[in-house]
Amino acid sequence: MMIADGIEDEEKWLAEGIAGIQHNAFYLHRAVDSNNLREALKYSAQLLSELRTSRLSPHKYYELYMRAFDELRRLEMFFKDEERHGCSVLDLYELVQHAGNVLPRLYLLCTVGSVYIKSKEAPAKDVLKDLVEMCRSVQHPIRGLFLRSYLAQISRDKLPDIGSEYEGDGDTVMDAVDFVLQNFTEMNKLWVRMQHQGPIRVKEKLDKERSELRDLVGKNLHVLSQIEGVDLEIYKDTVLPRVLEQVVNCKDELAQHYLMDCIIQVFPDEYHLQTLETLLGAFPQLQPAVDIKTVLSQLMDRLSNYAASSAEVLPEFLQVEAFAKLSNAIGKVIEAQVEMPVVGAISLYVSLLTFALRVHSDRLDYVDQVLGACVKKLSGSPKLEDNKATKQVVALLTAPLEKYNDIDTALTLSNYPHVMDHLDAGTNKIMAMVLIQSIMKYNTCVSTAEKVDVLFELIKGLIKDIDGTLADELDEEDFKEEQNSVARLVHMLYNDDPEEMLQIICTVRKHIMAGGPKRLPFTVPPLVFSALKLVRRLQGLDGEVAGEEVPATPRKIFQLLNQIIEALSNVPSPELALRLYLQCAEAANDCDLEPVAYEFFTQAFVLYEEEVADSKAQVTSIHLIIGTLQRMNAFGVENRDTLTHKATGYSAKLLKKPDQCRAVYACSHLFWVDDQDGIKDGERFKLIFRHNWT
Amino acid sequence: MNYILGAFKPACHISITFSDGKSRKQVPLKKENGQTVMVPLFQSQENISGKISIEPVSGKKVEHNGIKVELLGQIEMYFDRNNFYDFTSLVRELDVPGEIYERKTYPFEFSTVEMPYETYNGVNVRLRYILKVTISRGYAGSIVEYQDFVVRNYGPPPSINNSIKMEVGIEDCLHIEFEYNKSKYHLKDVIIGKIYFLLVRIKIKNMDLEIRRRESTGSGANTHVETETLAKFELMDGAPVRGESIPIRLFLSPYELTPTYRNINNKFSVKYYLNLVLVDEEDRRYFKQQEITMFRLGETS
Repeated sequence: MMIADGIEDEEKWLAEGIAGIQHNAFYLHRAVDSNNLREALKYSAQLLSELRTSRLSPHKYYELYMRAFDELRRLEMFFKDEERHGCSVLDLYELVQHAGNVLPRLYLLCTVGSVYIKSKEAPAKDVLKDLVEMCRSVQHPIRGLFLRSYLAQISRDKLPDIGSEYEGDGDTVMDAVDFVLQNFTEMNKLWVRMQHQGPIRVKEKLDKERSELRDLVGKNLHVLSQIEGVDLEIYKDTVLPRVLEQVVNCKDELAQHYLMDCIIQVFPDEYHLQTLETLLGAFPQLQPAVDIKTVLSQLMDRLSNYAASSAEVLPEFLQVEAFAKLSNAIGKVIEAQVEMPVVGAISLYVSLLTFALRVHSDRLDYVDQVLGACVKKLSGSPKLEDNKATKQVVALLTAPLEKYNDIDTALTLSNYPHVMDHLDAGTNKIMAMVLIQSIMKYNTCVSTAEKVDVLFELIKGLIKDIDGTLADELDEEDFKEEQNSVARLVHMLYNDDPEEMLQIICTVRKHIMAGGPKRLPFTVPPLVFSALKLVRRLQGLDGEVAGEEVPATPRKIFQLLNQIIEALSNVPSPELALRLYLQCAEAANDCDLEPVAYEFFTQAFVLYEEEVADSKAQVTSIHLIIGTLQRMNAFGVENRDTLTHKATGYSAKLLKKPDQCRAVYACSHLFWVDDQDGIKDGERFKLIFRHNWT
Repeated sequence: MNYILGAFKPACHISITFSDGKSRKQVPLKKENGQTVMVPLFQSQENISGKISIEPVSGKKVEHNGIKVELLGQIEMYFDRNNFYDFTSLVRELDVPGEIYERKTYPFEFSTVEMPYETYNGVNVRLRYILKVTISRGYAGSIVEYQDFVVRNYGPPPSINNSIKMEVGIEDCLHIEFEYNKSKYHLKDVIIGKIYFLLVRIKIKNMDLEIRRRESTGSGANTHVETETLAKFELMDGAPVRGESIPIRLFLSPYELTPTYRNINNKFSVKYYLNLVLVDEEDRRYFKQQEITMFRLGETS
């Protein structure tokens, strides 16, 4: 058992082969020049004998073959010229068959065959049939492949196609098709057989060698596609079934992948559409190792492009139920290939989804169907741990977002959340971020409480801790970014109708309340401001809201706000809560709701008193209180007095003397408001100062 | 050419010509000394006629005891050198004892000569036809001249000509079914057939079809058999798999074949065989031999 000893030996053999060809070519040319047919046949047979070698890899054999090929072209010209050599083409056809060795004999026979067909002395179909049959004598894979490739080359322009000069009687197109199909079938058999012949070689090397020759086989399909007479009918009834038969029966993964790909590339898209069921029917029958998803993706890609090419084409897609067929086929493949990893199945769904989005973007039911199928697959498998698979799922979820810039559409896909549920916590959050980014990017606003509910369900990974995850694991920066995104999101939730807006706010509140102490400081403020915005809107409206059961009123909203801000006390986030109370107080003031405003101030003071312990924080807080209080004009004298007194009192009790001073004289503004209805209480004003200087 | 027995110089020239010498087909004949000459071609039952001219050399008269011409059909066995067996012997007396002063021409004719056997040049045996002119002389030795001619017998195609179809094999290794379209072939025929592989468990390198000629001479203990492979025609290159069918198309015209000769005069036979040979990767040969009958097809039929 000899293993090819390296490239050097092959180079040497190739050089020897080329030298042999050149040597015999010299004498061949001499014979041709002197019109000596006998000698020409002798030297051409000797020349062709160099192709009988077993020592060359396909790549090197090809080089040798090309030299011989060139010589045969010249020889053909000589054969054609009967006046020069005096032998009729029929006699010549017999004469070359006297050669003792089969390979040279058949090369010569094909060459004469070419002349024979051109002479029109016999129908093209008869000659072609004889040649393709006789070539069966070469069973050696590489030698046979190249011989049949030669046959394919010289016959290409001589097929009895409709409209060609070689068109015959009877079913001429079928004759052409039969010839090409037969040659193709035999070539594929030889190509597959390559791996069982010769010394044992490493699989990679073998696959590489086989790949080098694949175009020889694929060329036949190309020729088939170029036959004018092959219309949809013939393609459907004869060409495709027979090609698929060979593809399936050869049971070779390399061949199957390449040939399915070829079929898809070489024949027109409208044919594929009309034979979709037959074509797809082959996939489950292929070897498990064939990368079907790549091939199917190619097909769906092509069909998508075809759909995009012209609007007139779309009805065809619907008429042949393209989506349903593709969907079924994918299901069957996944079913048939039990060993297929999850990532493979998901990839297929991604391709199908892409197809649905491109061709049937108006059919949300299709999109949801694909998601549903994916859910089913994921449900049947263990939790996703494979990185690649996860990426595919993310791709699956991102695609509809990118297609429909409007989040609303994604929210209507019933299976969308189910898919998300199958992601691990980390990826789930990433996906949630993607969703938010999509909303931000396209500036969409989510406008109903229902949709908000669905949306917040989808992003629940950001909103709260999902069972089992540890919040501490997360990087602080990332966490901040996440929560800021949620905060920004809140501002995208909006509806003109106050009732609906209130519902939205309630929905958001419901979701964020489960967020826990870390999240609330981020999520509560935007909600509060959103609610305050609503309040300001309602301010402008008349008090009468006819027909509503429980109309949205500022009062109601302030009640809600109180509860919302109260949640911060559990965090605890007293300074933030304090600020928010003051904001609310201000808003209540603008609505002329004195008790509400008073209540907010009370809450603020309680916080100040009980929670704000840090001296610096106290300073800031007291100034805020004072500043806000100063702007209040809804308070009656009594209320205002109480609050002012409190503020002043706290100011005086600040830790550092300078701070006390600043705070107290800030309070002085509370007694002297420089506008029309402002209080100007000089007495109290002076009192304050006196107090301070001591 | 003169065969001179006992004398040193030829006494006369003898020339033999055929009456239809110009029109009759000539074929090459390889003589014993290796030279090839063209001689006339006859079939059995034909008339062989012509003229024999005798011309004395340098004017000297030739005295003789009689001149005759014989038509001989001879079989010569090479291992029994110079043992000629005449299966046909016809004679015509040309002249009574006398003298020849100057050129004398005698016509001769052998009518409807039975020549059932063809001229054959084999390995161990030769069958030839000759005209032998003898000028009998006593003590001076007879003067003899020979003229070869070739006999070939044509016939119609056989009424029955079955194909040969057979399944052969080696258990668990190789099973093939071969088919040849006929069992009787004429010399310019084509062997058409196929080899169908039913079972292939060995690694075949290639397959040839040989044409072998078996010449057997003598009989009983003295039988000599010579086998010659006249053609080696490659049928297949490479290893087939089960279910493959390999075509056979072998033109016989390029090969020097003769018809099958069965037991010619109880002296020799020439038979032809097709030998199908398969060679595996380790150069082991598997073969199946099958006799075929060769015949010469009449050109008119």
